[in-house]
Amino acid sequence: MLDYTAMIVAIGPELWLAAAGLLGVLLGAILKDRFNALSFKYGALALFGAAALSLMFYQGGEAFGGLVKTNTFVNFAKFVSFAVGGFALIMSEGFLKRHDTIRYEYVLLTLFASLGMGMILSAADLMTLYMGIETLSLSSYVLAAFHRDSARSSEAGLKYFVLGALASGMLLYGASLVYGFSGTTNFAGISSSAPSIGLMFGMVLMIVGLAFKISAAPMHVWTPDVYEGAPTPVGAFFASAPKMASMVVFANVMFTAFGDVMDQWQLIVAIIAGLSMIIGSFGALTQTNVKRLLGYSSIANVGYALVAVAAGQASGAGALLIFMTLYVVSSLGLFAGVLAMRRRGGMVESIDELGGLMSSRPWLAIALSILIFSIAGLPPFGGFFGKWEVFNAGIEAGLLPLAIILVVSSVVSLGYYLRIVKIMWFDEPKERFESIDGSVTLTVLASAFVAGILFLVFINQLSQWAYDAALGLAS
Amino acid sequence: MGGFPIISAVVFLPLIGALIIMGVRSATAGSFSSEEAGKDSRAALLAGLIISSATFVASVAAFLTFDSNAAGYQLVEQYAWYGEITYKVGVDGLSMPLILLTTFLTPICLLASWNSIHTRVTEYVVAFLVLETFMLGVFAALDIVLFYIFFEAGLIPMFLIIGIWGGKEKIYAAFKFFLYTLLGSLLMLVAVVYMFQAAGSSDIEVLEKFAFPPHVQTWLWLAFAASFAVKLPMWPVHTWLPDAHVQAPTAGSVILAGVLLKMGGYGFLRFSLPMFPDASHLFQPAMFALAVIAIVYTSLVAWRQTDMKKLIAYSSVAHMGFVTLGIFSFNEVGVQGAIFQMLSHGLIASALFLIVGVVYDRMHTREIAAYGGLVKRMPVYATLFMLFTMANVGLPGTSGFVGEILTMVGGFQAATWAAAGAALGVIFSAVYMLTLYRRTVFGEITNPKLNDISDMNVIELVCIVPLALLTILFGVAPNLIFNITEGAANRILSLMVGG
Repeated sequence: MLDYTAMIVAIGPELWLAAAGLLGVLLGAILKDRFNALSFKYGALALFGAAALSLMFYQGGEAFGGLVKTNTFVNFAKFVSFAVGGFALIMSEGFLKRHDTIRYEYVLLTLFASLGMGMILSAADLMTLYMGIETLSLSSYVLAAFHRDSARSSEAGLKYFVLGALASGMLLYGASLVYGFSGTTNFAGISSSAPSIGLMFGMVLMIVGLAFKISAAPMHVWTPDVYEGAPTPVGAFFASAPKMASMVVFANVMFTAFGDVMDQWQLIVAIIAGLSMIIGSFGALTQTNVKRLLGYSSIANVGYALVAVAAGQASGAGALLIFMTLYVVSSLGLFAGVLAMRRRGGMVESIDELGGLMSSRPWLAIALSILIFSIAGLPPFGGFFGKWEVFNAGIEAGLLPLAIILVVSSVVSLGYYLRIVKIMWFDEPKERFESIDGSVTLTVLASAFVAGILFLVFINQLSQWAYDAALGLAS
Repeated sequence: MGGFPIISAVVFLPLIGALIIMGVRSATAGSFSSEEAGKDSRAALLAGLIISSATFVASVAAFLTFDSNAAGYQLVEQYAWYGEITYKVGVDGLSMPLILLTTFLTPICLLASWNSIHTRVTEYVVAFLVLETFMLGVFAALDIVLFYIFFEAGLIPMFLIIGIWGGKEKIYAAFKFFLYTLLGSLLMLVAVVYMFQAAGSSDIEVLEKFAFPPHVQTWLWLAFAASFAVKLPMWPVHTWLPDAHVQAPTAGSVILAGVLLKMGGYGFLRFSLPMFPDASHLFQPAMFALAVIAIVYTSLVAWRQTDMKKLIAYSSVAHMGFVTLGIFSFNEVGVQGAIFQMLSHGLIASALFLIVGVVYDRMHTREIAAYGGLVKRMPVYATLFMLFTMANVGLPGTSGFVGEILTMVGGFQAATWAAAGAALGVIFSAVYMLTLYRRTVFGEITNPKLNDISDMNVIELVCIVPLALLTILFGVAPNLIFNITEGAANRILSLMVGG
């Protein structure tokens, strides 16, 4: 017999999201086009509700005979992912309205993608993990191609799908090897089974599949194309909520299923981290399209986050949560900034279009500069502490070469971050951007305030939460 | 502890003022950076002047409660902030004079911009005030992470000051300044993280007493030196400085030479010497060699410059060589001399950049060849220029002399050859400064545009005369400074022995 209380405690947010998604489908079927405008508020509410539920059942639990198991570590990530997902949805509305593609399907896909995020975070079994990843991925492919009349969007969706399917195949192949050699699909069971060559093969293939999902090098090639081609709000979503979720899942799988064989995967993760940092920061140097640039920047940032994973559970888990929280908040704000780049009825995406923003829209320019400096990890802004934590974790774990790569790639990345600041502050003013939706302005200002300044003052609080949450992994 | 947090007040007063200025401008003009009419921009500058003057008054008030006889840190404030990292500020005989120098120079910078900055004035004032907060924070921080945050954060406003209000090659100079300094600072960050983990604390007082193993010290010392050597700057990592100075607006050069360079010397004294004594001894010959090369080489380079600002920039590098020499002599005379030389150079180099700014504002060129015969049209200017030329050369009676002679005496006690090399630099400094003076001030007026150049106006005099008075005052009565710095210098040296 199912224990409903345990079920709700373990995966309350996912149940809520599944119900909200299905109810949305019904509402869509009944209300048809009348639901389009309303659906965004509906979706955002559902996501914020899911975020609230993850806090409510923060301690988590186990259900379905060990198929899902949640703790504070994953619930922290759920809360952040759902909350930023909600904001990403709110600020999408205006964009889609102007492009005449405001459809409730967009919201439903976002909800199902979020459901997938919740599922992978809750997963304590290879089966649930795979199902969650597919739920997330399939929704994401469609979202990337949401502007189906646009060649770029369709291309992004197709590219994402083909490569994503390949990665899923790798993951599945790895999972089946792991199952074959350990005799179980349960994380705890895998962890306690004797290490063997076959198990290690499976693990490496799983790392490859997961690395694709978090866009770590060398499985990163899709990222710039998809970020560029997908509609901007979709990019904003990809760069925030699923990023947080997948990154934490990567850590979760490594720490729980393969925690005892860390000596086997630490080097692999370290190499992936180093490559991501280098490729991300050097790749971004020559970009002229702001979305592509953010794509490369996200690769570099995934590299930084992976340093925390490579540092291991004891030193890295808390640092990972702090870093990713600061990163996704800034990332969302930066994409909101891209959404504000509208001129003569169309979007502009070249970095040069930001020219002289300081003269035409000073507050937007200041907020974006704060976000850029924060994401670059420059003190005094909040992002510095994210890097500080990761750096600390890396050195504590004795990963000095990685720490040095982190430093070098930070300097390199300043090269392109500073270029954006330069264009906004030093260049001749261009024509003023068209008026921006209130929700977009609000997201930029709020995320600049939160990531840049609020976390500077209250970093102790955030780190306390994150480190307490990371303790959940050990229990 | 307890009582009014005067140091925090001094540090954050400019920042609060900057926020108020931004708020008021957005409220009154809708947006604080629209194309301003002349009158509005004066209001912003005036507000900036009032705030920075208030900061100066506050820092003087802090100085009055400062006990020069006590050696340790005073007026300490400590609040819980981020785990082991605390918000801890305080001053000692090393940082107090530098804080006063900063608060003293900032109003002068803003006043000097009165007639030379006409675009985006509000942002200019805000940038300067924010920069002031960060500079003060660097000197006041008693927690190494807090220090790092202020140290690095100062790059942002300076980047903007050079990049927005600078000369033709401003973008190049701003990037070079930023990336050069950043690379150094990040290496320091690696060391900071390591020290934080090894000692379990980021409190400077704890770290001073923590004995790092000698082989670790070497690496930590190198990482810190990477940052401070760029900032100071030392040969061969000085190349950002001439670019930054030449491109920065006058006030930017003043603050760069007057305060930002001092962070390097301050860092060596605050961190490298007391925390890594073994490594400091190990690298002493190398530092002496670099100091001598800096003094001799950059003096010669300065001699061949055709751009006035570039000449003074190279002369700054040379004078900072004396600071290095004094610091690494590891004796009281040398360290005291180094601190004195930093303050003295802060006054003299600032004044020289202002003096170049005076003619640049009139003629819009810094080419030495474009001038000549200024004494005929600008007698007051020529007099002040003469004073600072002599001070930069190190003429007795000016503060420049005291700093150079003491650092050389200190160096002489530690390594004779180093002092001998440095003495050569004194001669060269006479060569390039007198050449500069002769070619700009004396001679016939060859450039017809110079015929109706006007002498210094009241604002310029108000900026430069206080610097002149202090230069002479400290030259005649250097004990005014030594009484403050003595305790700190001895404390640093005793930490080197004891720790």
